[in-house]
Amino acid sequence: MSVRLVDVRKEFPDPEKAGGIMVAVKDMNLEIREGEFITLLGPSGCGKTTTLRMIAGFEIPTTGQIWINDEMVNDQPPNKRDTTMVFQSYAIFPHMSVEQNVGFGLELKGRPKGEISAEVAKVMEIMGITELGKRRPDQLSGGQQQRVALARAIVNKPRVLLFDEPLSNLDAKLRETMRVEIRRIQQSFGITSVYVTHDQDEAMTVSDRIVVMEKGLVMQVGSPFEIYSRPSCKFVADFIGKVNLFPVKTLSLGEDARVRDRRGIEVPVGSADPALKEGDDALLMVRPESLSLSKAGAVDKESSVEWGSGRVIKSVYLGSVIEYELDAGYDKPLMAISHDPVNGEFFKDGDEVSFSFSRRAAHILPLR
Amino acid sequence: MTPNGISRTIGRYRRVARDPLLLFVSMLTLASLILFVVYPIASVVLQSLKPGDSYSFAAYAETLKSAYLRTAFYNSLMMSALTALVGTLLGFLFAFAVVRAKVPLGKFFNGIAIIPIVSPPFIGALAIIMLFGNNGLITWNLLKIQNFPIYGFNGLFLAQVVTFFPVAYMTLKGVLESMNPVLEDAALNLGGSRTKVFLKVTLPLALPGIASSILLLFVETLADFGNPLILAGSKFPILSVQAYLQIVGMYDLPKGAAISVFLLAPSLIAFFLQRRIVGRKKYTTVTGKPQTSTGKIVSPGARTFLFIACLFISALVALIYFSILLGALAKVWGYDHSLTLEHFKFVFGVGFKAVRDTLMIAGIATPIAGVFGMVIAFLVVRTRVPGKKLIGAMSILSFAVPGTVIGIGYILAFNHKPLALTGTLAILLLNFVFRYVPVGIESGTAILQQIDPSIEEAAVDLGADARRTFSKITLPMIVPAFFSGLVFAFVRAMTAVSAAIFLVSSRWNLMTVHIMSQVESGNLGAAAAYSVILVVIVALAIGLIRLLLKARYGRFGGAMLHF
Repeated sequence: MSVRLVDVRKEFPDPEKAGGIMVAVKDMNLEIREGEFITLLGPSGCGKTTTLRMIAGFEIPTTGQIWINDEMVNDQPPNKRDTTMVFQSYAIFPHMSVEQNVGFGLELKGRPKGEISAEVAKVMEIMGITELGKRRPDQLSGGQQQRVALARAIVNKPRVLLFDEPLSNLDAKLRETMRVEIRRIQQSFGITSVYVTHDQDEAMTVSDRIVVMEKGLVMQVGSPFEIYSRPSCKFVADFIGKVNLFPVKTLSLGEDARVRDRRGIEVPVGSADPALKEGDDALLMVRPESLSLSKAGAVDKESSVEWGSGRVIKSVYLGSVIEYELDAGYDKPLMAISHDPVNGEFFKDGDEVSFSFSRRAAHILPLR
Repeated sequence: MTPNGISRTIGRYRRVARDPLLLFVSMLTLASLILFVVYPIASVVLQSLKPGDSYSFAAYAETLKSAYLRTAFYNSLMMSALTALVGTLLGFLFAFAVVRAKVPLGKFFNGIAIIPIVSPPFIGALAIIMLFGNNGLITWNLLKIQNFPIYGFNGLFLAQVVTFFPVAYMTLKGVLESMNPVLEDAALNLGGSRTKVFLKVTLPLALPGIASSILLLFVETLADFGNPLILAGSKFPILSVQAYLQIVGMYDLPKGAAISVFLLAPSLIAFFLQRRIVGRKKYTTVTGKPQTSTGKIVSPGARTFLFIACLFISALVALIYFSILLGALAKVWGYDHSLTLEHFKFVFGVGFKAVRDTLMIAGIATPIAGVFGMVIAFLVVRTRVPGKKLIGAMSILSFAVPGTVIGIGYILAFNHKPLALTGTLAILLLNFVFRYVPVGIESGTAILQQIDPSIEEAAVDLGADARRTFSKITLPMIVPAFFSGLVFAFVRAMTAVSAAIFLVSSRWNLMTVHIMSQVESGNLGAAAAYSVILVVIVALAIGLIRLLLKARYGRFGGAMLHF
């Protein structure tokens, strides 16, 4: 089932200013394809939850339209929309058993008792909570509640499944298990899903496409790979992971895209944001893990672009990787991540190093 | 309104219109609150402005001209302020001793403080007359003093403090319990002396609660009618009684109404001040380990002092109830104390109709008030129906307005067609329902605010409409609070007198009103017997509901009923 948002705008009265207005979502356009898993990602207050709640029907767009398939649903109340939500707090009904919780949606639809219990049993088995059927919600752990909430949502075979930061109340280990689980369930049922989170790792794991939002605006829509390695603006580059950005001028675009940095050095780059034109000032982006370090002057020029040299000012050993900060004469220290420290080289604070990157790792984006 | 603002408003109405039941219920609620809360109060104000055929301030001028009524105004304010201060002080002492100092017999003291809350508000006055009056057990029988000056300031003040300090205790107990004792321990740990910690940490944290308690006691004392009617006497006039006498004694409606307005104004001011203080308080959910007071904040000396003070106050309360019981069993109070069941025979014989009427009226009115209160709480807290703020404000109004004013308002508003209700059962029922709706709203609102709204959203999301969300999700979760509110409303309905005294008739009478008239005619024994039966009925009702809740909700049930 596809979902379409057309010029959707949502305003709230400003709680701090009488008569004032706060725009939560600004003229958003988005098309969610059938069976797609899409994630709304952004910092708190970016409008992602409001967007989700508008799709669910808990908020009505101030202007604009929301379409589910070929139906404009602006005026449909949430109980008529056939979208189901997995809530951040799980919202398990405290006075019902697990089975009653899971079966509640079907019960409301007036399905016969036998059918309800069969469906409930099937879904509970898929979710691995069969043995919890008779428990009361206050006897469940956080992860179990999460599974019940998910089972309660999918048993209805909704047109659209909505997730409102469903994993934020779980501990780190469980979060990793559950996000793989959510992806698996979504794939096996093929339900169109919209997922809200502020955790970029989570977004990368579960999504077909990610919508990065900030201050009510959509900043970029793309696959996890595109969002991470081909960000369209500084905000997206910064928000998704760590990043090094260098001010450059665009010399040429296309196959042989090249830029010149402030020192006058020319470098080939792997990709360029489509919004850029030749001659534009731009930002060259290289992720820390693409920045390789070597002893000063010992760069393999065949495979990499040598970029410069600097001094190690901080190194953090994390076991699987080492994180370095380099002073290379820019406003901010450069970041580099070196993998496999056991086989690689160690640098100490104060060491002089050269850094380089492959052409494919270099992407340019507009200044703003 | 901006174009977007308009479309927003339209959207909201359109949404509500899609749920016709919700719209119907909210409109019905709005209409009934206007008719049975706002209209009677407005009638009082209008009547006060219309002494003759035209509008004028003549009734007010006349009221202000009378030195006697000016004194009444002053007396009422002074008595309320003093009761508020001393009652809150005693309440704090009691609460601090029980919650923080953990004095021995804490449960017993808690029980003692609850008794006056669940009994008729004028029992204090009745007992004081039995103890210190002309034929008083202490003044006459023990000390041989005749005509001890108990009528007037002294007696009334004592009665009011005993009646209302438990309200302060309940408020402040909640405040002290929700205060994290670790804060006190931290302050001690930082090297503060006990006195310093109390003055700099405990007291400032409790201050909003203390202020709220003072204002609450002020409003309740100002509105009180039973105690002053029995104890004030003619030399110490009190506004609520004067308003009653003007109307029932002199048939001067405009003047009675004008006096009511003088009573209404300070009540409303104090009430809304109190609301603001309570409203500012942030509700925080307790998480993590339960934090128990170590009680180190209180030195052994202070604890002993608090214990003795609590014992003394408890002895006074116990004395009052003991004397009522004794009075119900004594042949002629003050002269012949031989035991007899005569007074009870009287109540169960001639006076039993009042018992039956009271039970019936309270029994019908409270469930209606309870359900209505829950519905309003749901509308106000959870829905976006238009006019919900108005509904909230109006329903709270009947709590803020003194019963005397409401009573006068009802006889003014409903003594002519199309709603000629005076003298009927309906007027008493309506009065009770709308008077105790706020009790239901209060408990409903409190519990709804603790329930995560996404639980109800989840139900809607799964396909439930407003009716099914309310009946299948909201209602089961708030049932315990509902019953708790119900018990409280029942107690208030059984013991109410200030508004009801205007509305009773020979056909429909109440126990409380009977007690008042027995006192007035000097028949203390019958009054005491009525009071004992009233207290027993209320205690039975509380015990019954507690049992039912426990049976139905297991270990949670008992705890949910806050009595």
